[in-house]
Amino acid sequence: MIPLGYYIALSAALFIVGVVGVLTLRNAIVIFMSVELMLNSANLALIAFSAYSGDAAGQILVFFVIAVAAAESAVGLAIIIALFRNKLTVNIDEVNVLKW
Amino acid sequence: MNLELIVFLILAAAAVVSAILVITRKNPVTSALYLVLNFFIIAVLYLFLRAQFIAVIQITVYAGAIMVLFLFVIMLLNLGDDRLMKWKFNSTRTIASLMGLALLAEILFYVINFTTGAGLSPQAESIGTVESIGKALYAGYLFPFEITSVLLLAAIVGAIFLSKKQISDGPMEKGNE
Repeated sequence: MIPLGYYIALSAALFIVGVVGVLTLRNAIVIFMSVELMLNSANLALIAFSAYSGDAAGQILVFFVIAVAAAESAVGLAIIIALFRNKLTVNIDEVNVLKW
Repeated sequence: MNLELIVFLILAAAAVVSAILVITRKNPVTSALYLVLNFFIIAVLYLFLRAQFIAVIQITVYAGAIMVLFLFVIMLLNLGDDRLMKWKFNSTRTIASLMGLALLAEILFYVINFTTGAGLSPQAESIGTVESIGKALYAGYLFPFEITSVLLLAAIVGAIFLSKKQISDGPMEKGNE
């Protein structure tokens, strides 16, 4: 038997890895991958709570999260392609037209 | 210590290590492949939690569709080996990493005290099946399910609009013309 806390601890660790990736990396594509890591860690926590409380609502929510993640990555990668077309880079330090 | 717990700990360690490799590799293709490994490990953990449907969706949608999209974009932009991923540590990034570690410590501090001692719910075996998910989805969550289709349509239209050549006259087009 695996205690529920272990799943939540793993979820927290994966989430923090994603947060540190978003905060420290400069390649926009790998930043997107870090966002996917965070979404996955949240999904893991939802599934764990769903299974330990015997409620299907958590798994339905994960289904919607996956659908939203698919839409998000499609639009995000299209933005990155448009960005690369205009700037010839995906380094977010060099993309500062919205910064005064 | 039973077998299930040992397998869980091995998988958890592999998940964390592969996640760290995602954010530390210099080559984006390598990062993407480690992310696929991470998604597969999480799918196995879903099976531990008796969520069969979500585990299959995780592999087909995440490891299949989304990661193929990522790899396609990486190879389209030809980012294989360049200096984009260099870890140039300045003060902001150091502070960000330290705050991340502090947040991890805080969360783990609360999680350690969060051992209820209860195992999987008796219903866990039945709620993860396609039948029960489908029933719940179409009975209680029909409206959000339909709205999801509108969201996906908006994402398709947005992606096509952003990828159209006409909206930009950047250096890439100027070079090609």
